[in-house]
Amino acid sequence: MGSYVPGTREEQQEMLKAIGLDSFDQLFEKIPKEVRLEKLNLPEGRAELSVAEKMEEIAGKNRVFRHIFRGAGAYNHYIPAIVKSVVTKENFVTAYTPYQAEISQGILQSIFEYQTLICRLTGMDVSNASVYDGATAAAEAAAMCRDRKRTVICVSAAVQPAVLGTIRTYAFGSGAEVVVAPIKDGRTDAAALEGILDGRTACLYVQQPNYYGQLEDCEALAELAHGAGAKFIMGCNPIALGILKTPAECGADIAVGDGQPLGMPLAWGGPYLGFMAARESMMRRLPGRIVGETKDDRGNRAFVLTLQAREQHIRREKASSNICSNQALCALTAAVYLSAMGNEGLKEAAGQCYAKAHYLQAELAKAGLKPKYKRDFFHEFVTESEIHSSILLKWLEEKGILGGLPLSRSDILWCVTEKNTKAEMDELVSAVKEVSRLCD
Amino acid sequence: MRLITEKGREGRGLSILPPCDVEMVRPEEKDCRKLPLDMPAVSETEISRHYSALARRTHGVNDGFYPLGSCTMKYNPKIDEEAAALPGFAQVHPLQPAETVQGCMEVLYLAEKYLCEITGMSAMTFQPAAGAHGEFTGLLLIKAWHHSRGDEKRTKIIVPDSAHGTNPASAAMAGFTVVNVPSAPDGSVDLDALKAAVGEDTAGLMLTNPNTVGMFDENILEITRIVHETGGLNYYDGANLNAIMGIARPGDMGFDVVHLNLHKTFATPHGGGGPGSGPVGCTEVLAPFLPGARAVQKEDGSYGWTGGEQTIGSVKAFYGNFLVVVKALTYILTLGREGIVEASRNAVLNANYLRVKIKDAYPMAYEGLCMHEFVVSLQQWKDKYGVSALDVAKALLDHGIHPPTMYFPLIVHEALMFEPTETETRETLDEAADVLLDIARLAQTDPGALHACPNTTPIGRPDEVAAARHPVVKG
Repeated sequence: MGSYVPGTREEQQEMLKAIGLDSFDQLFEKIPKEVRLEKLNLPEGRAELSVAEKMEEIAGKNRVFRHIFRGAGAYNHYIPAIVKSVVTKENFVTAYTPYQAEISQGILQSIFEYQTLICRLTGMDVSNASVYDGATAAAEAAAMCRDRKRTVICVSAAVQPAVLGTIRTYAFGSGAEVVVAPIKDGRTDAAALEGILDGRTACLYVQQPNYYGQLEDCEALAELAHGAGAKFIMGCNPIALGILKTPAECGADIAVGDGQPLGMPLAWGGPYLGFMAARESMMRRLPGRIVGETKDDRGNRAFVLTLQAREQHIRREKASSNICSNQALCALTAAVYLSAMGNEGLKEAAGQCYAKAHYLQAELAKAGLKPKYKRDFFHEFVTESEIHSSILLKWLEEKGILGGLPLSRSDILWCVTEKNTKAEMDELVSAVKEVSRLCD
Repeated sequence: MRLITEKGREGRGLSILPPCDVEMVRPEEKDCRKLPLDMPAVSETEISRHYSALARRTHGVNDGFYPLGSCTMKYNPKIDEEAAALPGFAQVHPLQPAETVQGCMEVLYLAEKYLCEITGMSAMTFQPAAGAHGEFTGLLLIKAWHHSRGDEKRTKIIVPDSAHGTNPASAAMAGFTVVNVPSAPDGSVDLDALKAAVGEDTAGLMLTNPNTVGMFDENILEITRIVHETGGLNYYDGANLNAIMGIARPGDMGFDVVHLNLHKTFATPHGGGGPGSGPVGCTEVLAPFLPGARAVQKEDGSYGWTGGEQTIGSVKAFYGNFLVVVKALTYILTLGREGIVEASRNAVLNANYLRVKIKDAYPMAYEGLCMHEFVVSLQQWKDKYGVSALDVAKALLDHGIHPPTMYFPLIVHEALMFEPTETETRETLDEAADVLLDIARLAQTDPGALHACPNTTPIGRPDEVAAARHPVVKG
């Protein structure tokens, strides 16, 4: 068996003796006999080489696609080598939450830098140290907006389904009501919203670009929300913010999103990163850790966990959230990614996502997959066609291509990133043409 | 130290992306940001050195002894990291068809099977991303179950005053009223107080066992029976499972819902505060309410999904912090049935060994054998010498030892909570004991020296009051 216990049998006996015992059993005497386990039904342990082979065998049962045109909440971006090198540094990987500031300045500063970069990316005033993912960030943001009078959370129907689902689950906990605002032509229906938002509405949550890739008119939606006295929460794709209007410019009160595109691998859905940034007036309602700058007793610059009076270990049932562990290493990843890309790199990544997605949409249209919605989009778009989605996608799979996400028998949600080359897209389009011919 | 945003100069940067190979069209101006991005303009060398410097200012488990109570800072095996980095896991999209992610589904299936065996539960979800997230999820299961029986009067969750702060916070988030019950003088649940607290409005009890003072509650069967008899359910906070793996199971103690911290008990690293993983296990009766889908093995050996129609819904997108689950599974496969038990035995042995070594100098909050951790109370020191738990913690920093958890549990004054874990050598424990005994002597002879600690760390004691009063939260 494998083991990470360093003590030899002899040492263990000596240590038992040192505490006045003869056997391990005596250590557990307080546990009632009725609940003492006779036998643990697990396989025998393995040495490292054997475990390595076993895990490789399991991983080998998954298919890694050469070409990926699927997004819908998880995006296949290039991860610079320096990012991987930094985030695998042993100290960052193995440290705990930085409770002891004197020996945790590295982690604390990295979180402070992350907060700084998230504020700059979104234009907002204050960021927390992260939450679990984009969906929980949205649910936590909605909770920030609730008060006694305003208990209704309004969510656009054009958001990632998992985000809506998570907001609903959190609302089952808090007792908030969730109202879904309808969509028209693939975007949040502003006209319908006017009839929905009222004095009970705590917030309006909209995703930009939305689930279907379409660009929402967030400024107008923010005005509608504010007109009803509600807060406006904007769910953002962080790469898109390289070129698109920031939540601050749109008038958002809280900006949230999933930071996965900022240097985190697809990883079958996690770990990802929930980022949350807000206007200063909402700072003390933010959930989770926040790092602040201060001085030490020698006058040196120092970083500490701050505003802890919001948190569970101080406030217990009155805390703004229960969150304790967050996604610190993922926040570090995002900060290194943003530093490596810089202004030009980030604009270039966003620009290439946009340009390539527009190229692919036009080419697919020529191959018979027509754009479903008319407005502009970022790097995702929906096509409709008479070819059954599952037949088309199966065909692509056989060519080593993970096509878009099937939304229905006719509709597919495609995603293009800077990683997709023209040659790859052309290969995809010719494969689509082959299917069209076969289906004719 | 300067921030990354205070380094570099305009025009510097890395060369990451090749030129765009299609026509570079752009969104309309009205949709574009006017705010400058203002990202760092640094070279790769600068990034590399910046983060190496930050890493040097970060104390990891690789740096030294880390007896942070309730956090189980055991060694994080490297093979687990390698397994999680395999392209077959790291490069698959969460929305790939099931037949192309059979390996991922096998990971969930095996992890559920083994962790259910260890906890005595029937089913498990891996969607919760951390312990507190698991608590919230588990409490929603309890709520949904009561509601499914048409019983909506059960609005209260009982929490001992020794509980982790996340317990009451999670109960509040799940819409419950928290009833705090005082502990008995020995730190265990006060049975009379519990009996007085339960009633027709009790949804459930949240408990850690061994509790936060490091003692196994001998009355556990009585406690869970009292709650069950009034129609409530029992929730097990798995933060302290490292003491009893393979020795006793929450399921056999009468618990209905359990959350685990894979980043504690199952050796996955903490990452400076996450990502963790907080899977939630439950009994057969509660299984239909679990969030997300569960992987099941079909007759032909392949894996498929199952999900209850009564699910509480998703608590997060996709399948949770999946790569963390890969690490934990690698760990369980390595240890196997003997290794799991051996880990717990030695966690308890190490805690008692250290306790005995220092007990004449450090007043124990509770006498007798402990489980995987123990708590000292320095109230006498504070009164006599003016030396606080904080002073001792800061003195340890100068010896390269991460301090124990301070000022927790709240029921112990001037508390320090030590959890050495099973992966420390006897020499490490001996050295730590010597350091602690030296500090105890200093407390009597030269308390001023302790107030001045730490002296060798990159910074001295920070002004936390100023930080909270005038928050500077970005550069």
